[in-house]
Amino acid sequence: MNSFPIVRIVSKILIPYIVLFGLYVQFHGDFGPGGGFQAGVILASALILYGLVFGLPAAKAVAPPWLVEKFIALGVLVYAGTGVATMLLGGNFLDYDVLEHHFLTEITVGGQTLHMLPSGQHLGIFLVEVGVGITVTAVMLMIFYCFAGRETASE
Amino acid sequence: MIEHHLPILLIAIPLMAAPCCVLIHSRRLTQLLALLVCWLCFGISVWLMTKVMHEGAVTYNLGGWEAPYGIVYVVDYLSAFVMLFVSALAAIVLTYSPTSVQAEIPESKQYLFYATYLLCLTGLLGICITGDLFNVFVFLEISSLSTYALISLGRTRRAPLAAFQYLIMGTIGATFILIGIGLLYQMTGTLNMADMAEQLEAVRAVDGETWAGSRTMLVAFAFMTVGLSIKMAVFPLHSWLPNAYTYAPSVVTCFIAATATKVSVYVFIRVVYEIFTPTFAFNILPLDSALMAFSLIGIFVASLAAIYQTNIKRLLAYSSIAQIGYMLLGISMANTAGLTAGIVHMFNHALIKGGLFMVVGCLILRLGSAKLEDLRGAGKTMPWTSFAWVLGGLGLIGVPLTAGFVSKWLLLTAAIDSQHWWVATLMLLSSLLALVYVWRVVETLYFAEPSERAAAAKEAPPLMLVTTYLVVGASIVFGIWTEFSAGVAFETAQHLLGVTQ
Repeated sequence: MNSFPIVRIVSKILIPYIVLFGLYVQFHGDFGPGGGFQAGVILASALILYGLVFGLPAAKAVAPPWLVEKFIALGVLVYAGTGVATMLLGGNFLDYDVLEHHFLTEITVGGQTLHMLPSGQHLGIFLVEVGVGITVTAVMLMIFYCFAGRETASE
Repeated sequence: MIEHHLPILLIAIPLMAAPCCVLIHSRRLTQLLALLVCWLCFGISVWLMTKVMHEGAVTYNLGGWEAPYGIVYVVDYLSAFVMLFVSALAAIVLTYSPTSVQAEIPESKQYLFYATYLLCLTGLLGICITGDLFNVFVFLEISSLSTYALISLGRTRRAPLAAFQYLIMGTIGATFILIGIGLLYQMTGTLNMADMAEQLEAVRAVDGETWAGSRTMLVAFAFMTVGLSIKMAVFPLHSWLPNAYTYAPSVVTCFIAATATKVSVYVFIRVVYEIFTPTFAFNILPLDSALMAFSLIGIFVASLAAIYQTNIKRLLAYSSIAQIGYMLLGISMANTAGLTAGIVHMFNHALIKGGLFMVVGCLILRLGSAKLEDLRGAGKTMPWTSFAWVLGGLGLIGVPLTAGFVSKWLLLTAAIDSQHWWVATLMLLSSLLALVYVWRVVETLYFAEPSERAAAAKEAPPLMLVTTYLVVGASIVFGIWTEFSAGVAFETAQHLLGVTQ
């Protein structure tokens, strides 16, 4: 579809905003609707759009399949690793309370107290969702590669 | 301190090792890692089993959230027992596997095989350990999805097709289970199994003995029973199993044949006995008669089908369907003796069928075929492998001094105790069918002119033989020393039926 100027230009304009929106859904997921899964799908859709418009080789140059495969695994490790970290800090598996850090949790600006950095529960869910986001992005992309190209992922 | 965390480590270690396999990528290292993790899981299971036997149930609150609000892991007699043999077989089969994997799975995919194997183990152990019904579904999906992937690794082009067939059936089953869980959740507002049972008990108590009925409970029960029956491969819903077992790589067949359906039986026992209670399932609803009828028909149809198979893997697959029938037969009797027989048969059959599929793996490695005609006369060139078949086969028939005899004896006494004379008779008759299909293979191995392949074959590698004999030997040991297996099963059955000594 590289030969259609409108498609090419519009997707070039849109892709950064899709990525931005994906990041918003990821990191605002604990305040509003969203979260790792949704963000992962949105992020992957940016790359898939890129692949559809500029061709599979171009997409694979940005995100090579072997790297995508590693990211699938990495996300799971981030999730489970959070659990292990909470265990090492003396809590149960995924007990976010022990992640309480008391570091810059609130800041006073002009007499108003603002909550700045996340507390334990908050940080825990944040880390876990990052893991989910990474894996979902990578899996969505890998599914696209598998269906779009003849080569299998491991080659 | 680490003791406290062991229930979660049993799940977290294989879960984390699986992505590590993908990251490491190297064939040798992933193999080592997987092996290490499997034996570690076995060690933890043994520890949990002894702990449960001495101190009673172990619980672990995930994320520090108390039950029934959070997810809680519960290790009691039943779950510890199932986890023990699942992790034991996972470890032994993986020790047995390297040569067979090398021969049957492309080198570029082997690291994925180990990763998926570990995920499957995670799922199976997770189903057993969790006390949260939705968690059961999640782990069921983890184990099922990885099983589909493992089956599709088979050498022939039929393997992906068999995996797809299983995928369709398995997904229907999983969806049914999920619908059931959803309805129960909507009704009780809880997902914790113990809490759910209490809430349902309250619903039942209002209506008294003549249960007039919450229709939601009835529908949930129906969906869950049918869904689990697909997963267990109970007779009319077994169609996915023969192809899946036949076309999967040998090692995968060993593992899933020994563990996957038994874990589904475990879930079935939990759901029927703990959540819905036997009164609801067997007295108010006639699940016992239905289960008994389907089990018996299944035993006969599947055993007869096994007799006519020309592929030894398919033969064993049909035999597995028949053996599931024996387990359910025991469970359907709803008395301590029957339930003991059902539970002990899960354990014994895991050993027997695991061992027999390991023998088949050895034969396929050396003969390159699982067809009976190619197996002719292999007893001369592969004496040890063939003898292992004889030992395992005796267990399958239920000859005294083998594990199969223990479960059949218990089942028989249970049937006679509860006056099911015709069940007892049919059971004995069905053993003759097992004799026929086991003997057919024995005859082919020992008393036929060697085929070209068999004449050229040599004995299976020592490691594979040793591990095969370990499992087959265990099935003999547990046929003589029944204190542990039958003892634990008896304890479990009493607990499930609420009998106090």
